[in-house]
Amino acid sequence: MHELLMPETDRKQLLLGNEAIVRGALEGNVRFVAAYPGTPSSEIIDRFYQIAPEANVYVEYSVNEKVSMETACAAAVSGVRSLCSMKHVGLNVAADAFMTLAYVGVKAGMVIVVADDPSLHSSQNEQDNRYYAKMAGVPMLEPATPQEAKEMTLAALDLSEKYQIPVIVRTTTRVNHCRGPVSLGSIPDESPKAKFTKDPFNLVVVPMVGRKLHLALLEKLPKLQKEADESPFNHSTGDGKWGIITSGVSHLYVLDAVKELGLENRVKILKLGFSYPHPKNLIGNFLAGLEKVLVVEELEPFMEEIVKVTAQEEGLTVKIAGKGENLIPRAFELDSVKVKRAMKACFGVEFQPTEIFSVPELPQRPPNLCPGCPHRATYYSIKKVFGEDAIYPTDIGCYTLGLLPPLGMADFLICMGSSVSTAGGFSKVLEQPVVAFIGDSTFFHGGLPGLVNAVSHDHRILLVILDNGTTAMTGHQPHPAVELTADGKKEPKVSLERIVRGCGVERVVTVNPMQTQKTQEVLEQIRSEMQEPGVSVLISKSPCPLFERRMLRKKQKVVFKVDASCDMCKKCLSELGCPAFVWEQTQTEECIRINAALCSGCSVCAQMCKSIRPEKISA
Amino acid sequence: MPIDNKAFEAIRIFFTGVGGQGTLLATRLVGEAALEEGIPVSLSEIHGMAQRGGVVESSVVAGNISSPTVADGEADILMAFEPLEAVRALPKCHKETYVITSTVPIVPFTVAVGQSTYPDLERLYMLLEGKVAHLVRVEAADIANQAGSEKAANIVMVGVLAALNRLPISERSWQEALKRTIPERFLDMNRKAFDLGRQFGLHVRN
Repeated sequence: MHELLMPETDRKQLLLGNEAIVRGALEGNVRFVAAYPGTPSSEIIDRFYQIAPEANVYVEYSVNEKVSMETACAAAVSGVRSLCSMKHVGLNVAADAFMTLAYVGVKAGMVIVVADDPSLHSSQNEQDNRYYAKMAGVPMLEPATPQEAKEMTLAALDLSEKYQIPVIVRTTTRVNHCRGPVSLGSIPDESPKAKFTKDPFNLVVVPMVGRKLHLALLEKLPKLQKEADESPFNHSTGDGKWGIITSGVSHLYVLDAVKELGLENRVKILKLGFSYPHPKNLIGNFLAGLEKVLVVEELEPFMEEIVKVTAQEEGLTVKIAGKGENLIPRAFELDSVKVKRAMKACFGVEFQPTEIFSVPELPQRPPNLCPGCPHRATYYSIKKVFGEDAIYPTDIGCYTLGLLPPLGMADFLICMGSSVSTAGGFSKVLEQPVVAFIGDSTFFHGGLPGLVNAVSHDHRILLVILDNGTTAMTGHQPHPAVELTADGKKEPKVSLERIVRGCGVERVVTVNPMQTQKTQEVLEQIRSEMQEPGVSVLISKSPCPLFERRMLRKKQKVVFKVDASCDMCKKCLSELGCPAFVWEQTQTEECIRINAALCSGCSVCAQMCKSIRPEKISA
Repeated sequence: MPIDNKAFEAIRIFFTGVGGQGTLLATRLVGEAALEEGIPVSLSEIHGMAQRGGVVESSVVAGNISSPTVADGEADILMAFEPLEAVRALPKCHKETYVITSTVPIVPFTVAVGQSTYPDLERLYMLLEGKVAHLVRVEAADIANQAGSEKAANIVMVGVLAALNRLPISERSWQEALKRTIPERFLDMNRKAFDLGRQFGLHVRN
């Protein structure tokens, strides 16, 4: 039995925040889950995928977040509790669905997990998604720990069902990827039967329906505010003339800071777990009688703004600080030291920070494309043919690491799918050739509309689809054109090449990038064809070696070695940048060798250099 | 050795290493052992792109502390699975920090291709010793090989941590945690790695 399906027990389990969300959803009888993976949310859909048959839950990896939300809301509208999860920027993709789903609502509980990423550990921005809850008028819960993540998922489902509106569970990386003790409750075994009741004048949002539904939503909000005011997730502790208002993981930093400064009897703490609709009555009561209040939250002044509004409405003159006084930084994660520093400035208390050791300049250790990664081979060949001068818009995935030297094959990126559309724009205003890169999973996620657009407007671009047969960066999740599964190769449901041709692209070639000579010949041909306007597509197809090893348990047969004929031209280092290569220098000589433990035996280096030769691995 | 449970207030342990070294498994092992012992514990990990040969950081916070992360200057113990990364994580340490570092360098790609040079190991250790009170160097790969596989170096490191007696965790809880975290077919080898690590740690401590 999977650990997340264990029956109710007294022993707490050490669960990742994401696993706790899964457990909460199971205890809340969620039977339908759809998501596109994205750090730090991926383990939610991954765990569901692992337990789906055993748990009797329908689970799908949807092609993108908008699709996942739409799919999941249909289940909830039909009386089946559902969940969709996404990283913070995923909600931008799903925003169109989200804003109007708030009007239409649901019949059974629906939870939307949105995982923000302060400090951009694995993201392109650090937008604060709490504003989405406010913009849509959707209630929001913010857990601080894995235990709370479980409880709030469960509570969000009930709340959603009671008010027939989806509910956001908003997390941050330090909740999703924190592991802590979680108590397990019981998982219901009754699965509800789905039933759709036709009700077009409430479910089909034409303007006259939308007008009515907006008013209905506005009527729900005061009731939801009352729920927030009375919620057990919103509570105050401590006593004194000073106050701190906080939410999410910041609450934990505040608890440590107050304790370490010995201010337990001087500071009252209001922790808001049910943070939208804003519990304004609770905030007003908390403020009354206080002299100074510090609002401690990561990213934007979401709570701080409403605390100030509440004070004004209540006629209170209490001093309120936070982002406004620059005490709490607006960028990156907080920690207890940053909170102590802010408390010192706000309350005038003593705090002597520890001396922070400085570090001399050290060699960097950036993440890198793995040895044997087909993306490296693709970049190598394209640079050979299109050179430094071409413009290379790129996209989101492992291949974004092509940014780093020596490859340096990334010129522009804003979001999922932006490679192909921005390439089109560049091609209209610039003289240089424009070659865009997108991964297979990202192509399905956000690249398709851009490709259709490029075709219809005759954009002169080459789109390279880096088809490694999986969603590699987030942990090898499947996508519609996946061929490789644990049972071996299968016919994919959707053919990448046929889709591209179906979009109207006539110049489509599929190559194996690990054959560099042949790939470069094809690229030369494409380059000359690009004299004519229009879209060319190169599908560069070779499986992710990590994924292939895991799925097929294929044994590597050879490693490559540099022999004595090496003339130290160093092109292998300056053009390929494979992490298996080692450059060594003694006082008298220098040499290049290949670390046999890292070499994947892909042979790309041997195709560029006669001094690199294979050697059989003895069994 | 009897463990003084009453004196234990809290501890912050920061882990650093390179993708593929098993730092997250080691983190989890310590967390499970603390939970088994009934000590409040939370772990923090960073996933995603970091795994592609980059630096991997995680933490265990046990005892009477709420934050799951370790701020600069707060680590009571630094578990470094690679010596260069031990130095890179120095800002996490304070003067009394126990630094436990593996002595096996993993050459960063930037060094391998000649863009920079790997600092002399003795100089790295001197730098650490000049800042923190305790430095324990562990020949983690050699010890793990004695247990059966170099891959168990992460468990050797946890064995050394266990020997330092900074965490009031009983033998039974460590063994239970090993059982919970390690797949059965590797369990015996990893138990051995843990024991050898602990013997090394006891030897260093005495």
